[in-house]
Amino acid sequence: MSVLEIRNLHASVEDREILKGVNLTLRSGEIHALMGPNGSGKSTLAYLIAGHPHYVVTEGDILVDGESVLEMEPDERTKVGIFLAFQYPVAVPGVSVANFLRTAVSNVRGYTAQKAVAEGRGGVIGSNLMPMREFRKELNDKMKEFNVDPSFARRYLNDGFSGGEKKRTEVLQMAMLGPKFAIMDESDSGLDIDALRVVSDGINKLATSDRGFLLITHYQRLLNYVKPNYVSIFYEGRVVMTGGPEVAHMLEEKGYGWVEREFGSEAVVA
Amino acid sequence: MATQSDLQALEGVKEEYEYGFHDDVKPVFKTERGLNHAVIDQISDQKNEPQWMREFRHQALDIFFAKPMPGWGADLSGINFDEIYYYLKPSSGSGKSWDEVPENIKRTFDRLGIPEAERKFLAGVGAQYDSEVIYHSLREEWERQGVVFLDMDSGLREHEEIVREYFATVIPAADNKFAALNSAVWSGGSFVYVPKGIHVDIPLQAYFRINAENMGQFERTLIIVEEGASVHYVEGCTAPIYSSNSLHSAVVEIIIKKGARCRYTTIQNWSTDVYNLVTKRAVAYEGATMEWIDGNLGSKVTMKYPAVYMMGPKAHGEILSIAFAGRGQHQDAGGKVVHGAPYTSSKIVSKSISKDGGRASYRGLLKVGKGAHHSKSNVVCDALLLDEASRSDTYPYIEIEEEQVSVGHEASVSKIGEEQLFYLMSRGIGKDEAAAMIVGGFIEPLVKELPMEYAVEMNRLIQLQMEGTIG
Repeated sequence: MSVLEIRNLHASVEDREILKGVNLTLRSGEIHALMGPNGSGKSTLAYLIAGHPHYVVTEGDILVDGESVLEMEPDERTKVGIFLAFQYPVAVPGVSVANFLRTAVSNVRGYTAQKAVAEGRGGVIGSNLMPMREFRKELNDKMKEFNVDPSFARRYLNDGFSGGEKKRTEVLQMAMLGPKFAIMDESDSGLDIDALRVVSDGINKLATSDRGFLLITHYQRLLNYVKPNYVSIFYEGRVVMTGGPEVAHMLEEKGYGWVEREFGSEAVVA
Repeated sequence: MATQSDLQALEGVKEEYEYGFHDDVKPVFKTERGLNHAVIDQISDQKNEPQWMREFRHQALDIFFAKPMPGWGADLSGINFDEIYYYLKPSSGSGKSWDEVPENIKRTFDRLGIPEAERKFLAGVGAQYDSEVIYHSLREEWERQGVVFLDMDSGLREHEEIVREYFATVIPAADNKFAALNSAVWSGGSFVYVPKGIHVDIPLQAYFRINAENMGQFERTLIIVEEGASVHYVEGCTAPIYSSNSLHSAVVEIIIKKGARCRYTTIQNWSTDVYNLVTKRAVAYEGATMEWIDGNLGSKVTMKYPAVYMMGPKAHGEILSIAFAGRGQHQDAGGKVVHGAPYTSSKIVSKSISKDGGRASYRGLLKVGKGAHHSKSNVVCDALLLDEASRSDTYPYIEIEEEQVSVGHEASVSKIGEEQLFYLMSRGIGKDEAAAMIVGGFIEPLVKELPMEYAVEMNRLIQLQMEGTIG
């Protein structure tokens, strides 16, 4: 059982404060939906958890099992079990999905570190990766399980992928890396109904008792397929309300206008 | 296409690969330092050459003396022509079987991985050690088909008529100062002759090394591909590291007849004190195809612009080049395509990477001559700059003398994107490895054209060059 804790997190970009004291706890086995209007800072929170260098944390902390990850590089955070599924996965032309994933998996599972220790200086470049045959088999199995066409292995990472293909590939990566905590940033945006089903099926398969999910979303739509244990409303850089699935329904009924009237800074002034 | 198991076998082959070592080989003959007509006679005497070649060398030397240094391109002021040995002969004879190759030379090749590589991939090996080719083998079936793959000296001895017909017809001695130098003092290189209709389907490979301090290497290669035939020739270079400058100045001439194909692949990884000044040119006749694949990683200065002259209708030329310029390096590379007949087509793709203050220049000529109507050409140059201190320039020259042609030119300069780095790192990949991966992806369109073992080596070299780059 693991815990991801966000404590009173304040963060800014170029002196503009975007997160204003976020508190949120995610445990293994939980699915926690974080809903909020555009521009509320949801994606910033996702990036910050993953360690994007663009943002400066001014106050508060992010902890995995009690240990702060703020000083860790993004790759180190991945190694302690954090995974971010990007809203806009980045294309890396010329790098095949298979090569990329083999390198990623080898790093996260410690093949590269073991080999470096064993050989002193790292040995021959490329010899410290997960054995090809094992990797191939696992990748093929996972592609089948998560409805990703085998041809994706040879395609260049996200290069020329449709929105739906990118999101599926994110789910495939998550399945291969097996994180403790998955942050899904708008994984439903821009998907048609079939792609949405594939992505949500993937999430449901991966939502095991040893893994926590933070589903960041603007719409209720994804929650028709993936049932959250908790729903929080995110507004103006913080969590303003947390409850069960009923919160999502209420939000759908009343709309974000209600959130603004209820929790907006102008409401406080009035 | 090599299979996955080939790839794994190669990883084993390449484990011994290191560069920067050299063996203690005692040359059996070397000329005095510096260059004069007496040195030319010594070379010709040693080689026991026909008179016409001796005269050709002497004329070329006069041209070399008469021509000024190029007033453009890279800085060549560090070359001292008087300090160079122009000819060195390490051991007598050209070995045909592996058993005849001297032990210390074998060890060098072992470390380069040649014997293992040969078993699996090579059909014929020509390995140039200093100025003389000492080992050659060619699969028997090709010999039966009349395919010739010899060192140039043997080629001249055994096939004098063919050599005399084509030698210096594509690149005359007067072409440029360094072609003149090569013409005067050439030694070694390869002679390849592919008879009509014969397809040599496994690449012919040659390894070149410079192995004595201040030893210039002036190999001369001549490839003739008769009508409807095809061949892929591969050369790769690694060189030991020395403190003073070395000069490598090769000439490669290729003649591709009607409907024939030739691909010439080079991985240049000279040590970073070598001046690498090479003239490479192919003539493609009707419906023929020439492809240059040119990777430049090493050397202090490289000036090299592989050329394709399309002299028959529907001839096609392609030049794919990669340049990697690190600290103290200037890669001035590119290509030339000359359309001399109608309905010809060409493509140049150039990718360069500069880091630690290195400089990569693309220099290209696209010429469409009078009468070459309906010709098409496309040039793409992409540069990747890894830091602020590094530099990239593009010098495209375009001369069009015909209407009804289609010409395209695109150039881009980019840096490693923060978003790409973050994305890869967020998958557990460290910063250096992520950056190397992005660079590897940048050159992948060319690397995938290389024979498998070169692709593996190329990727390793890139990764090695990238270690500790991104702060």
